[in-house]
Parts: sequence; C-alpha cells; structure tokens
Amino acid sequence: MSHRLPRMATALLAGLIFGLGLSLSGMLDPVRVQGFLDVFGAWDPSLAFVLGGAVIVAFLGVAVSRRLPKPAFDREFHIRGTRMIDRRLVVGSAIFGIGWGIAGLCPGPAISALALGKPEAILFVVVMVAGMVAHDRWTGQGR
Amino acid sequence: MTEYLPSLLGGMLIGLSASILLLLNGRIAGISGIVGRLAQGYHVATNALFVAGLMLGPLVYGLVAGRPPASTITASWPLLIGAGLLVGVGTRMGSGCTSGHGVLGLARLSPRSGVAVATFLAAGIATVSLMRAIAS
Repeated sequence: MSHRLPRMATALLAGLIFGLGLSLSGMLDPVRVQGFLDVFGAWDPSLAFVLGGAVIVAFLGVAVSRRLPKPAFDREFHIRGTRMIDRRLVVGSAIFGIGWGIAGLCPGPAISALALGKPEAILFVVVMVAGMVAHDRWTGQGR
Repeated sequence: MTEYLPSLLGGMLIGLSASILLLLNGRIAGISGIVGRLAQGYHVATNALFVAGLMLGPLVYGLVAGRPPASTITASWPLLIGAGLLVGVGTRMGSGCTSGHGVLGLARLSPRSGVAVATFLAAGIATVSLMRAIAS
C-alpha cells in the first residue's frame, strides 16, 4: 500500500510546526541570532534555549525511532550512516558559519522569513539556493 | 528566566517537528538537505510541502499573536549576496546546517555533527566579533 498522501500531509505538518517554532523562538530575527553569536559583546543567550529545547525533544523522537523497525509511512529510515569527520565537513561548516554570522540567517529561518515578504530575505534565499545548486552540480553531489 | 520561555517553547516545537518527520516519514528535518534536494528535483512533492509549511508558520503565528514575528535584517545587499552564497555552498559541502547537524545530529549523539556544530558556531562567533570590531 502506498503511503504517498500521508507522507505529503506529514511533510506539510512538520514544516508548519517547524515554522511556528522558528517564529515563537525568535530565530527569524537575524539581529537576535547575531546577538547570540556576539559572545564577546552584548551576548543574548536565547538561542541556546532554542537549541536546547529542540535537541531534548528530538532526542526523545530519536530514542523512539530506534525501537521501531520502520517509520509509519515509509519502508525504512533514511539516515545516512557516515561517521566520517573529513575536510569537507569542517571546511563546509566553517564557510557556512561565516555566512551565518554575516547575515544572521541560516537556511530554515531564511526560507521561513520569505513569508514576511522582505526583499532582503528573498535576495538571500535566491543566492543561497543558487549556491547549493552550483555546489551540487560542481561536485556531482545529488541526493 | 521567563524572557527565555518563548525561545525554549519554540525550540521544543522545532524538536517536535523533527520527531514527527522522523517517526512518520523516516526523514531527517535538515533544511539545507530538504532545500538542496528540492532544487535538484528529488522528492519534489514532499520537500515542496515541507517548505510551504515552513513559510506558513510565520503567517499562522502572526494570526494567533496579532503581529508578525520580528525579523530585522541589518546586512547590506552586497553582504547578503556574499552571505547567501557562503551559506548555500557551505551547508551542502558540510552536509548540513543548524537543523540537520545542530538539532538532529546532536540528538543522535553523532560525533560528526558535533564537529560540524562546533565549527560553524566558532566561525559564526569569529565573524560577528570581527564585524563588530570593524564597525566600532
């Protein structure tokens, strides 16, 4: 039996809850995000509470998933098993961190902020997606 | 402490969303992965619906709260273009961002994600500190 429709409904619901969480937590505000990264200045610790709350609840979800043979609407859990800590991981994360610091935007909040209709957010997302596609084309990475 | 309650509750909603996607669809709620796959044309329907939900979030929040969530972007347009490019390339090269590595990677106790989170936090802190130093 195909679970296509329940899978699509789940994706929409999960996206909506994620977007609500970003809105409530203050993550949509680049000034707050930069305030969290400004540990040597006027540090705003609120983002630590966002990450903490998210990790605690996700930890429970992961614990439950490890007791299940498969997810409700798919044949298997799609989790890549790589544990490799290589140069791509470190260099890529560093490049991302620099961009994150400059704009105060990471992918989730940037996409979510599109709904607020700000031209700055639209510009950021267009360039971000172009960067993603360019990287994947260049390296032949497709998933 | 109460000033941090919305952040904590919002974070818990993000964790709930990640748990729902994992337990029902078997997928990691990593935004850079979802957007990257969507842009490459993989699993278009589910990825597009997740992204649509992500954008509906602030609108529903605005209806309930009576005002849209704050979003003050201070970077100039040239800086935004540079930052967007760095975030796009960096998250794909590093295979994740604050959601995939930050939330789910840490929840899965993945050493790989721990290294990624420490790296992008350190780079972000260094960048903001440097920008503050230049601006002042």
